[in-house]
Amino acid sequence: MSDPSTKDSTTTKTPMVYICGECHSENEIRPRDPIRCRECGYRIMYKKRTKRLIVFDAR
Amino acid sequence: MQSINDYKPRIILNEYNITQNLPSAPTVLDETFNIKKLKKIFRIVIVRYENMEMEFDVIGIHPFIANTFRRLMLSDVPSMAIEKVHIYNNTSIIQDEVLAHRLGLVPLKADPRLFQFKQDAEDNELDTLEFELKIKCIRSKDENKDSSRIDDIYKNSNVYSKQIKWVPKGNQLDSFKESDVGTVHDDILIAKLRPGHELDLKLLAVKGIGRDHAKFSPVATAFYRLLPDIRLTREVKGEAAERLQKCFSPGVIGLRHTKDGNKVAVVNNARYDSSSRNVFRYDDLKDAVIMTKVQDHFIFNIESVGALKPDVIFIEAVKTLKDKCLSLLSELEQI
Repeated sequence: MSDPSTKDSTTTKTPMVYICGECHSENEIRPRDPIRCRECGYRIMYKKRTKRLIVFDAR
Repeated sequence: MQSINDYKPRIILNEYNITQNLPSAPTVLDETFNIKKLKKIFRIVIVRYENMEMEFDVIGIHPFIANTFRRLMLSDVPSMAIEKVHIYNNTSIIQDEVLAHRLGLVPLKADPRLFQFKQDAEDNELDTLEFELKIKCIRSKDENKDSSRIDDIYKNSNVYSKQIKWVPKGNQLDSFKESDVGTVHDDILIAKLRPGHELDLKLLAVKGIGRDHAKFSPVATAFYRLLPDIRLTREVKGEAAERLQKCFSPGVIGLRHTKDGNKVAVVNNARYDSSSRNVFRYDDLKDAVIMTKVQDHFIFNIESVGALKPDVIFIEAVKTLKDKCLSLLSELEQI
């Protein structure tokens, strides 16, 4: 386990991108920011899809 | 009960049951398999051959051999199909696993005889075909502003199989062209997109057999049926003749006009009869016909998915049987 305090400080600086459930625009939200879309004020946000490769069997 | 006593093995379709004909000579069904005898009586007649569809008669074999070929075509003749889907991005509404499953079922033109079965985890040019599907849907900016047609509003809103692009591996370009290995149909709808949706996929196709998964089966349908034979035992005239005609599939019973203006029923072509027993609904007609099926005459229908021609599929099935028999013999020798 790494030091939790340093991890916390990096996450506060780097914002996460979320997608609005209403207008689908991308929103950068930091921890403790109000969860609210900057474009339309909608309060439901979705996480973006992982950038990692996923392999499926075509069955 | 009626019967036909000729040399052919037949089953007779009666009103409520099926009876056996008593052939005048021993038939393939009575004797054990004998290659010399088979060579004498065995025949194949090609009746219809239309690009990817074929109908032919196999005459003079035991039903177990006919069924063996049918089963081998369905589940043991190999073909190529997409097996692994690498999803780099999929923001469409169709779920990853559903999309992967759909892609697996897309028929490929690649000739399976030119590939090997995949042995180890590493992909190589001898056993794997690589494809790519990269597409992004955007709002169409140009002309037809007022149009409400989906195609005018959005670009790439439908993903079709023609957008799957082949990526040659190793020396594959020397032996194949895109038209040799690509999808059979270019208009299979794979997914629907809306602006902002994106697909970025790598598809890996391998060789497999239908026993493993139906997508590897080289045939859409492969079936056989016995040749129907219909005989009239007495003359059927006038209104009864028309009624008799309606009891069978179209074209089976014809009407011949006699000199005195009467219509007489004749059997034109019993081959395509559905063998329904509608005649037995009429008490005055049921004694006029004998419906039989010839038990050593198989009408094969093969409809290819598109990679191999139907005749090649049948020949491959025969080869598969031969290989299986040879491996059994060598196994037996080791005991």
